[in-house]
Amino acid sequence: MAIKVGIPRGLFYYRYYPLWKTFLEELGADVVLSDHTNKRILDEGVKSCVDEACLPVKVFHGHVLNLKDRVDYLFIPRLTSISKDEYICPKIGGIPDMVKNTIKGLPQIIDTEINVRRSHKNMWKAVMEIGSYFSDNKFQIRKAYNKAQKVQDMYDGAVRKGRLPSDILNSFQGDNTNFSLIRMDENPDRMDVSLNRADVNPNRNDVRANHGSMQRGQSLLNILVIGHPYNLYDSYINMDLVKKLRNNGVNLITVDMQDESTINKKASFLNKPMFWNFGRLAIGTAMHMLEKGNIDGIIYLMSFGCGVDSFVCDLTEKRVKRMSTIPFIVLTIDEHSGEAGMNTRVEAFIDMIRWRKKDESNISALR
Amino acid sequence: MKVTFPHLGNLYVPIKAMLDDLGTDYVVPPFSNKSALELGTKYAPELACLPLKITIGNFIQAYEKGADTIIMVGGCGPCRFGYYYEMQREILHDIGYKMDMIALDIPWGNYKEKVAGIRKLAEGVKKLAGGWNINKILKAAVNTTIISKRMDELESLSFKVRPREKKRGTTNEIMKEFRNKVFSTKGSAGIKKLIEYTEKKLLEVEIDNNYKPLRVGIVGEIYTTIDTGTSLNIQERLGDMGVEVCRPVTISGWIIEHIIKGGLHLPRDLRFAEAAKPYLGAMIGGHAQETIGNSVLFAKDGYDGIIQIYPLTCMPEIVAESILPSIERDYGIPVLTLIIDEMTGEAGYLTRVEAFLDLLEKRRESKAIEGTTVLSGN
Ligand code: SF4
Ligand code: SF4
Repeated sequence: MAIKVGIPRGLFYYRYYPLWKTFLEELGADVVLSDHTNKRILDEGVKSCVDEACLPVKVFHGHVLNLKDRVDYLFIPRLTSISKDEYICPKIGGIPDMVKNTIKGLPQIIDTEINVRRSHKNMWKAVMEIGSYFSDNKFQIRKAYNKAQKVQDMYDGAVRKGRLPSDILNSFQGDNTNFSLIRMDENPDRMDVSLNRADVNPNRNDVRANHGSMQRGQSLLNILVIGHPYNLYDSYINMDLVKKLRNNGVNLITVDMQDESTINKKASFLNKPMFWNFGRLAIGTAMHMLEKGNIDGIIYLMSFGCGVDSFVCDLTEKRVKRMSTIPFIVLTIDEHSGEAGMNTRVEAFIDMIRWRKKDESNISALR
Repeated sequence: MKVTFPHLGNLYVPIKAMLDDLGTDYVVPPFSNKSALELGTKYAPELACLPLKITIGNFIQAYEKGADTIIMVGGCGPCRFGYYYEMQREILHDIGYKMDMIALDIPWGNYKEKVAGIRKLAEGVKKLAGGWNINKILKAAVNTTIISKRMDELESLSFKVRPREKKRGTTNEIMKEFRNKVFSTKGSAGIKKLIEYTEKKLLEVEIDNNYKPLRVGIVGEIYTTIDTGTSLNIQERLGDMGVEVCRPVTISGWIIEHIIKGGLHLPRDLRFAEAAKPYLGAMIGGHAQETIGNSVLFAKDGYDGIIQIYPLTCMPEIVAESILPSIERDYGIPVLTLIIDEMTGEAGYLTRVEAFLDLLEKRRESKAIEGTTVLSGN
């Protein structure tokens, strides 16, 4: 029987699932994913984890609990660094230890460290170590990883072209669908529009639809939504933010859609280079979008108590306010956040942008 | 140019000595106090960690006393501290305090960034020293390190004397006298003498040799453990309650192990990392590895309990906190975690500490009873 390897549906799942899944399956493992985040996962995560941790870390604990009794191994690599000279976050680097010391009765954890801060060569070391759980054949491991990397590249490519990771990942639920299907959706513009439309159902008996904010013929708003993938693409954690925005006629632009080298250039204005991968991307994307001048607003989604965002969000907001009048809102989530409050804030924000747009066009019409 | 620097426990002593020796004009900010924290809380991002907030307060208060330049050190992550001086610069800029920042940062990044980093570091040193007098600079650096080490030794001596003193408050008197005198003492030579004098006085304190104090190890985030003013003087208070404390993370340790040995790639004292390994497999930032490793070492050393202190939202210590229960269980050593933020109420905090000490006392008694039963052969 194939070895069952569990991948918790949290944290860097949203970034690397295609890579990990393909790699492990190529080596003959049976990949088991935890359920979508739900009330039980959240509650159990919150209960088991230390109070002070941020929501996504707590939820991750819930996913581990959800998986632990039905797999032989848990795949929780230690992600110290995924980019040269940069780190991710101390909590992400420490997540295998947190889990191990918090939850009892765990299967063996594959907690190989991934740290390419000094050199990308370290990646191969990690790959070989992970592979050795399943195979003694170095050639086979290498081959499996190369294939996995290709799938990941396709995934990244699709995201860069404007697809949201959650849309792609959710279309591969249940069966072991091959990720090469990603390729089918390569027409970026059509994808984008159809995705945005697919979720907009004005006839649905939805509060927002009745609210009348999504009127016929209303133009799409382009809003940059900055947030860690595990917050932005987990619809349970963020209380359906993506859907809410789409229903309100918003075209989401995210950090993952950007081309890294462009963003790097934009982020280089900082006096001191930012050493958090996400921080550099977030602030660089904001600068890039301001220069391009085609966004109507910026939403910064952060978890309460996020150390990285407490700095990055503040720096970004300071810059945006110094350079422009683009509306900027911070949405903070934790286990106590209520959906009603979130709805009100999001709607008010969007209404405000629409009013401003109307005013602007009135003025220019008068002139 | 009139420089200032953030407070961090006794750091002001070696820095003051250094600036005296270099002949640089400076302002020591008022000791971290409530109003420093209030200022910081007002201007720093709400969810920033407490040390950032207090340093902002330090700088504003120093500015009001005439400082126009800040000395800060930096780092390259993964923790927020590495980005402190950038945040401070941005915050002060936005609220209209015109202050220069001399950032002594370890050069890092790609080749180009590294070269730029080295140049910036050299410029900073030159500006501080008022020129390129290598001899003077090296001498000041050596003296700063020595004084820092002496200060830490003095402090740990006070941790030992305080719980054993026959007359409560003697140690605090001596330390207070030191604080008062150090401001009027100029230069490393004079300060060294003052430290020696204080040390002698501490050694002369009349102590109760038969008294066996509870021993508590202090671990946690470096700022809140070292700058005891920000953690409600917990270390002094424990001493006053007759408890001996030990805190392995010190400023001189940081300078020697982290900056000097780290910078020169010399072998470091990594006992704590070894000890941490079964629980925390890697360096994740901040002092989490020290927290875990030192807790294990304390437990093995027969300490009665461990207190972990950290500021709210501190990333590495949150990881450490979730690991500590395993050490508590494996070694049977009680751990108390104290989280500091601007709302921390003194009363509630002290009640918890007192309850913890009661627990330690009871455990010690019951252990002693067990011991005697075994001895009497029942
Ligand atoms: S980056 Fe922020 S949200 Fe993510 S794990 Fe770290 S603290 Fe939590
Ligand atoms: S160790 Fe904690 S307090 Fe210090 S910079 Fe990092 S998060 Fe802030």
